[in-house]
Amino acid sequence: MHNMEALIADPKKANGKSQLNQVRRVIVCAGTGCMANGAMKVFENFKSQIAASGLRVVLELRPEAAGDEVRVSKSGCQGFCQMGPLVSVVPDGILYTKVKGEDVADIVQQTLVKGEAVERLLYKDPATRQICRGFEDNHFYARQSRFVLHECSFLDPEDIREYMVHGGYGSARKAFVEMSPEEICKMILDSGLRGRGGGGFPTGRKWEAARIQDSAKKYVICNGDEGDPGAFMNRSVMEGNPHSVIEGLMIAARAIGANETLVYVRAEYPLAVARMRQAVKDAEREGILGNNVFGTGMSMKCEVMEGAGAFVCGEETAMIASIEGQRGMPRPKPPFPAQSGLWGKPTIINNVETLAHVCRILREGPEVFRSIGTKESPGTKTFALTGHVANTGLVEVPFGTPLREIVLNIGGGVTDDAGKIWKTGFKAVQIGGPSGGCLTEEHLDLPLAYESLRAVGAMVGSGGLVVMNQGTCMVSIARFFMEFTQRESCGKCVLCREGTKQLLALLDDVIEGRADAHTMDLLDKLGRAVQVGSLCGLGKTAPNPVLSTMRYFRKEYEEHIFEKRCRTGRCKALLRPEINQEKCKGCGLCLKACPTNAITGEKKQPHHINPELCIKCGACATACKIHAIEGI
Amino acid sequence: MASTPIAVDRAEKFEKVCSILDRFQHRPSGLIPILQAIQHEYLYLPEEVLTYVAMSLDVPPARVFGVATFYAHFALEPKGKHVIRICDGTACHVKQSLPVLEALHQKLGTSEKQKTTPDMLFTVETVACLGACGLAPVIVIDEQVYGQITPARAVALIEEIKVQEGVAPAAIAAPAEQLSAEEAHA
Repeated sequence: MHNMEALIADPKKANGKSQLNQVRRVIVCAGTGCMANGAMKVFENFKSQIAASGLRVVLELRPEAAGDEVRVSKSGCQGFCQMGPLVSVVPDGILYTKVKGEDVADIVQQTLVKGEAVERLLYKDPATRQICRGFEDNHFYARQSRFVLHECSFLDPEDIREYMVHGGYGSARKAFVEMSPEEICKMILDSGLRGRGGGGFPTGRKWEAARIQDSAKKYVICNGDEGDPGAFMNRSVMEGNPHSVIEGLMIAARAIGANETLVYVRAEYPLAVARMRQAVKDAEREGILGNNVFGTGMSMKCEVMEGAGAFVCGEETAMIASIEGQRGMPRPKPPFPAQSGLWGKPTIINNVETLAHVCRILREGPEVFRSIGTKESPGTKTFALTGHVANTGLVEVPFGTPLREIVLNIGGGVTDDAGKIWKTGFKAVQIGGPSGGCLTEEHLDLPLAYESLRAVGAMVGSGGLVVMNQGTCMVSIARFFMEFTQRESCGKCVLCREGTKQLLALLDDVIEGRADAHTMDLLDKLGRAVQVGSLCGLGKTAPNPVLSTMRYFRKEYEEHIFEKRCRTGRCKALLRPEINQEKCKGCGLCLKACPTNAITGEKKQPHHINPELCIKCGACATACKIHAIEGI
Repeated sequence: MASTPIAVDRAEKFEKVCSILDRFQHRPSGLIPILQAIQHEYLYLPEEVLTYVAMSLDVPPARVFGVATFYAHFALEPKGKHVIRICDGTACHVKQSLPVLEALHQKLGTSEKQKTTPDMLFTVETVACLGACGLAPVIVIDEQVYGQITPARAVALIEEIKVQEGVAPAAIAAPAEQLSAEEAHA
């Protein structure tokens, strides 16, 4: 057993002889994605197969190490979710992808016993066909700058000692023992850290505003209500490195003079909830949370609360209402939560990723943090890269990285619906979820940062990056987001409640062929009205996807409205199935397949479709063997 | 779990609610965790339980119903024995999650409005995002996540469950099934 105090104060010294970095270790990714694909079976197989091979299995970090040991551990999300389950072997530096339970025997025999890589399980770059042995030669990892995500890929999230061995809780100790609240606020301000949840407000200013409040009771809340569909960065950090969230919360609490903290986690993330709760329990057991933090006599509490499924609760004041047991409806600001928040007391709310950065800033200093990223947006940002892209997963890059680097190099290029590389297939990237906008080919070299994105009508948001190929209908995408915000509007502001409903109806008009020359004007005017007339971020940004797609894909809207045509064939109502009269041999297969008897024709004569009866189900096109049915 | 008759025993129902309320010290601020715990127990929020909670916390029933109807996670109607959740987050949406939903609705005879099958065996619902975007499109059946799903695979999974449950694919649910679904709620 380590001496905890000594370990936190000087992990290197206290841990001098430990097995850290000496012993061979098999790390099985236990993020949501890999677990869905059978990572737990892989983990169990490793335990039994290693023992069977004569090597010794060790399941936890121990102070003394022996030569023939193999440590098997789980890790948080390693980010390369599409290729899971992932297994890495250190110090060999091997990364295996798509590992199944049956593959474990080979890995044990070839890698652990003989020290060779199992080639068939290595990652093969879909674009270059090159086989990648580990993290360094894999573009997906090698081109990233992983700081927040780095520890997620090897730490055992359920082992508090391992976190401490790697310097964990050292920053919290520094904050409590060596620094004053003013110094902490100043350091965060100097680092230029901006809130990673979307708004990009300087974290140091928020803290300072709460610190100067004269109140005996203050609160710090961690916003883990990652409601943006298509984003899962916070989930991965809470699952993969829950102690960094607690440590960040402790530092924030110390900085403003609070002794109660709370993590608000989205209920759709059961694993994150479980790991956060476990981490709090472990930290309490080790005396890190409790009544005498680091021997200072100060107390610190941390609670984990599960959300109940409302997107608007990601907004600060709505989240506070939700914690107080109310409907999650926002209220006007000011007063800002830093002045009057939870139970009317000064409260700060920080995103998961923001808090994870805080630990590093205290450890390495604000200058190191500032040395990456841009002047206005320092540091790194995690993005959830998904959609039609070869390597989907979590990526972390410095602010200022161009979109091209993320999509084409790290992401490995755009894919078609079958998952094959489509070199000319890039159409757009949707950034920032339902509050964000679209970036097109012309933005591929735009450096991604708060200001540059705002200038083109998009926003960083929480960091969802959804790549879309040429087969995606942009009007349908706008409708998708509008349906989401319309459903999630809390109903407090008339313009948000009714406006989003009308915007959705107008988009349906476009998609279903009822729109006319005025529809786009109406969409534009109403969209701007909703932006102005809503209280919180949800309403203020709800029209963004519509306005942004109208700005960059106006032609596509016009085709829908004036030509009654969707170039991607996704809008069913605009389909005009016709039988090619030259090709049709009159076999009658389509006639039999049609569920509404819309097809007529004599035998061996070309058939016809009656558009009045046709429901555009596509049954005829599937039935036709000579592809004579077109336009569906 | 104690086996109860088909009709839920009222006394027992409120006993469980009481122990949950005690655990949260009857604090109105704990309303959301209280409702979550109750839903965990009953799989939905029965109306009389909500009224009872309002009384015990000394708040107007409107407030409890207001909260219960505001959040998407609270169900005011019982759900089926197997809950199928289709992710319709952005990533799943662009990777064609809607055809999966349509296939499931068609297979089970459910719809956007009628989410649960009459035999109380299946509930089909959509969720905004499960955060497993790397595996899109994703469905979750009883907490088990299935990634890169196709309409055909989704239907095959339903078939498997139906076989496990001992219901012939086309048959209307046997009464025995209804009973066990009721038991699951009790």
